[in-house]
Amino acid sequence: MKIELAFHNETEAAPLSSAYTDTIAELMENDEDVVSIDADLMKAIKIDRIQERFPGRVLNVGIQEGNMIGMAAGMARVGKKVYAHTFAPFITRRVFDQIFISSAYGKNPIRLYGSDPGICAKFNGGTHTTFEDIAMMRTIPDIYLFEITDSVMFRSLMHATKDENRIIYFRADRAPAVKVYSDSSEFTPGKGAVLKDGGDVTVIACGIMVSEALAAAEKLEQEGISTAVIDMFTIKPIDRELIVEYAQKTGAVVTAENHNVNGGLGDAVASVLSEERPTVMRKLAVRDEFSEVGPMDYLRERFHLNAAGVIAAVKDVIQYK
Amino acid sequence: MENQVIRDTEKFAVEIRMQVIRQLAKLGFGHAGGCLSVVDVVASLYSGIMDIDPKNPRKKERDRLVVSKGHAGPALYAALALKGFFPMEWLDTLNQGGTRLPSHCDGNKTPGIDCTTGSLGQGLSLAAGMAYGLKLDGIPNTVYAVLGDGECQEGQIWEAALAAPKFGLDALICFVDYNKVQLDGTVDEIMPLKSLFMKFRSFGWHTQQINGNDPASIFAAVELAKKEKGRPSVILLDTIKGYGCSEIAALGCLNHHMDMPEDLAQRCMAELREQMKQYGQEERHEN
Repeated sequence: MKIELAFHNETEAAPLSSAYTDTIAELMENDEDVVSIDADLMKAIKIDRIQERFPGRVLNVGIQEGNMIGMAAGMARVGKKVYAHTFAPFITRRVFDQIFISSAYGKNPIRLYGSDPGICAKFNGGTHTTFEDIAMMRTIPDIYLFEITDSVMFRSLMHATKDENRIIYFRADRAPAVKVYSDSSEFTPGKGAVLKDGGDVTVIACGIMVSEALAAAEKLEQEGISTAVIDMFTIKPIDRELIVEYAQKTGAVVTAENHNVNGGLGDAVASVLSEERPTVMRKLAVRDEFSEVGPMDYLRERFHLNAAGVIAAVKDVIQYK
Repeated sequence: MENQVIRDTEKFAVEIRMQVIRQLAKLGFGHAGGCLSVVDVVASLYSGIMDIDPKNPRKKERDRLVVSKGHAGPALYAALALKGFFPMEWLDTLNQGGTRLPSHCDGNKTPGIDCTTGSLGQGLSLAAGMAYGLKLDGIPNTVYAVLGDGECQEGQIWEAALAAPKFGLDALICFVDYNKVQLDGTVDEIMPLKSLFMKFRSFGWHTQQINGNDPASIFAAVELAKKEKGRPSVILLDTIKGYGCSEIAALGCLNHHMDMPEDLAQRCMAELREQMKQYGQEERHEN
C-alpha cells in the first residue's frame, strides 16, 4: 500500500475500461493461463483490439451471460485465470446463481468486471442499472469486492490479485474517472485509503463518490467542519480497523456510494461499527428506488450522489454527535 | 468392442445398482429413479471409456466427467468406490453430517468427482469451459457430461449447446439421460422437449440416440463420437427411470425421490442378485 494523492478534480484522459483492457494484455503476456471472456460487449471496452494478439484467449460467447460464467468456471476448474466482463447488472444480478454455484461453491474462482455500475449506466437507463450488486456479491463467502476509483487503482488491484484463488469482483465505470491517485500509488486488498485527515466527521466513500467526497471536504473545511475522507474501495474484505479508528477519532461517520442504501458500503460500515464502536452515521445512497435514464449530472442530482449530497449528510450527522 | 468388456460392464452395472440400493437403504430415502437410469452409462465410462487413474484422481492429463444432474451422486459414488477411488465403507455415510458423499456431486469433497453440480442447467457450460481450457493447453483428453432430460428445460443448457459447436469443442461428449420423467411428472406433461435429437442436431452437434441402458450401444456410440472432429457430440440415452429394479421402475413418476424402506431394499437386492447370476459369480461386495 503506497498512496499518493493527485486530486485536482480533473478527469483522466483515457476511459477507465482501458485500464482493464491494458492490464489484461499485460497479464496475458506474462501468464499463459490468463483468459478473457465477454458477452457481446467487447467493443464497449475495446478488448477486441487484443484478440488477434492472444489467439484463443480473448473469447466472445455472445449474449449468454449464464453460459459465460459457467464456461469461465469450467476453465478455472482446469487451471485458467479467467476475467469475465459485461455491464454490472448482467454480471451479478442476472447470473448470481451461476457465480454462486458454478464458481464460488464449486471452488472454480473467476474474476469479474462489472462495468457502468449504478448511475454510470446513464443513457442505458433503469434496465441497465444495478443498485444492488454490492449487496448481493457481499454475501458470497470469501469473495474480494472492489469498487474502483480511478485507472491507477484499477491497474494496481488487478496486478495485486492476479494469483488470488478466490472470486474477485471489480465494480467500475467505463468512462474516464476523476483522477485521484498519483501514477505510483499501489493498493492492498483490505486496506482502505485515508485521503484527507479531519477531526469532526469521517466520510467513507467509494467509486464515483470519492472525488465528490474530496470536493465536499474542501468546502466543509471552509465552513469550519474538519472532515476526514476515506476511500473504502475494498468493500470486501473491509478495513475494520480503519473504520473503527476514524469513528473513534471523529465521532460521526457518513458513507457515500453509488448503490442502494440496502446492503451496500453503508451497511458494511454500519455492521462493523455496530459490532465494535456504535457511532452516529448517515448513509448517502439511493433510497430504495429504481434508476432512470439520463445524463450523469442529472442522475447525480436526482439521487443526491454529489458533493452537495455529502455536505448535507455531514451537516445532518454532526448534530447528533 | 470385445464381448468380454461388454459383459464385464453389464456386470459392473449390476454391482453399481446394488451399491446404490445399499446407500439409499442406509439413509432410508433418496433419488432412486434418476440414479438407476444412469448406471449403465456410468458403468461404461468407468469400465474403460474414461482415461482415469484411481490412484491419481487429480492428474491433469485425464478424462473428466461432469454429471450435471448432480442428484445422481450415489450412482457415481458406487462406481468410484468399486473402482477403488475411496473405501467401500464410505458408501454408508451418504448425506450424513460431515460426509464426503453429499446427495449432489461435490468436486471438492469426493475423490474422483471432477466438478460440483446440483443447481440444474449449469453442467454443460462447466464441461464446455473445461474442454476449452484443456484445448488451450493442448491436452487431448475428453470431457464427458451427463445431463438430465428435465434439466434440458433450462435455458442455460441451450446457451452452452450454441457455444460448444462455435468453439469446435470436439473433445466434449454429452449424454442426456432421456428417461422422459421429471420430479413432478412426465417430461411431456410438465414441459415437452419435443425432439431433443433435432434440437441438438440443428445446434450443430454430432447427434446419436441409443438404448441408454445397454453398455454395448454406449460403447459403440462413444467410439463413433470420438471419431468426430471439429464439433461436439451428444448421445441421447433412451433410458428407464429406475431401470434394473422393477419395483422402483414401476413407480414411474413417483420414483424421483422416494423412501427406501428395508423390505423394498431387500426385494431390489434379491432381483439384482438374480441378474448377477447370468455373469457366473456372485457380486464382489456383499451388502
